[in-house]
Amino acid sequence: MADVEMKEAGGGRHQGTKSKKLSTRIDMTPMVDVAFLLITFFMLTTTLQKPKTMNLYLPEDVKNPEEQNKVKESQALTIILGKDHQVYYYYGTGQEPNERMYKTTFANKGGIRDVIINKWDNVIKNSGGRDSLVAIIKPMNDADYEDVVNILDEMNINGVQKYALVDSIYDFEKNLMKEADDHPAPDPTLSGQ
Amino acid sequence: MPKVKLPRKSTAIDMTPMVDVAFLLLTFFMLTTKFKPNDPVTVVTPSSISTKLLPESNIAMILIGKDGRVFFDLDNKFKKQQLMSDLNSQYHLGLTKDQINSYAIGGPVGVPFKMLPQLLSVPADQRNAFPQPGIPIDSANNELDQWIKYTLNVNNANPDLQFVIKADDNTKYEVVKQVLKTLKANHLNKLHLVTNLKPIPPGTAAWREQQAAGGANASKQQP
Repeated sequence: MADVEMKEAGGGRHQGTKSKKLSTRIDMTPMVDVAFLLITFFMLTTTLQKPKTMNLYLPEDVKNPEEQNKVKESQALTIILGKDHQVYYYYGTGQEPNERMYKTTFANKGGIRDVIINKWDNVIKNSGGRDSLVAIIKPMNDADYEDVVNILDEMNINGVQKYALVDSIYDFEKNLMKEADDHPAPDPTLSGQ
Repeated sequence: MPKVKLPRKSTAIDMTPMVDVAFLLLTFFMLTTKFKPNDPVTVVTPSSISTKLLPESNIAMILIGKDGRVFFDLDNKFKKQQLMSDLNSQYHLGLTKDQINSYAIGGPVGVPFKMLPQLLSVPADQRNAFPQPGIPIDSANNELDQWIKYTLNVNNANPDLQFVIKADDNTKYEVVKQVLKTLKANHLNKLHLVTNLKPIPPGTAAWREQQAAGGANASKQQP
């Protein structure tokens, strides 16, 4: 049997079916089609810009209020975020009775950024160095998350090192907010701008 | 003038260089691609000047839609599998092995525990079409807290595990507050918020810092 097979194979080789000389060129069009299809697919599904993140450090809850860091009134700026991108703020932490609340926005000029910069300059003039400004951020329940990120970003933009995200909004702050809504007044410390 | 006789040329062109370029591009896109996350809710993240990249691995993602629905996801399939079998035995969900595997290969999940068997019987690729009400986060029934606790458990308090919050621009802070509170209760104080990049406004402290560090590149941003 093996003989026969060998014979056949050998015979085939010797006889030599005259094969035509085929061109070595092949039509690459289908390959290009597939390649471009794949390129298109990867181009459309890819996300070139990787998502960025902002770090947020939450303070550990202190059980004893006595342990809480005391903030100097003159160095504090309390910012309250309301609904519809409204920003309310007042100077201090609300320990003094005659606070005045002002209303502003996230605008690049004349917004909360100018308030922060202005307050900062004041703190430097009156007391210590830059990092002595403390911002207390209190978003209301109906504030947008965008605003919260914006205000935290504002802290990074202006280099405010000390800031805290606080949940509790006091009644007097709500009253002040209402007052600021009803009788808006310009912030006298911003008169230069 | 004698008639110029143009030789008849073949219209076939050599496509080899084009193929070369095509495959080069193909290789580039195949290697750099990272598929768009397949989220059950569309989340438009807010912008910040932060340039920190989202960690590649070891992340636990809390996704919050603008309607306040909360979803939870891990990036590690094996951890997800483990997490789901733990939850399965704890809450007597009666999940099959297939359903647990289906959870592991699928995307973020946002249903109360008792709806998990129903959700996971849907094939992973069709799960986003299933109406998910979100993970309950109110203090009376805080299931997100359980998700976080079990996640910490399957990760054996891995210090590299990062918690990432991806919330929509228009999410109300009320929901975010509750999520932050839950994380804080689990002593997770270092968080990442997913944001888009926005340019640093000129004239500010961060801008001056960037100018000092970056030099020529930074000055281009000046108007």
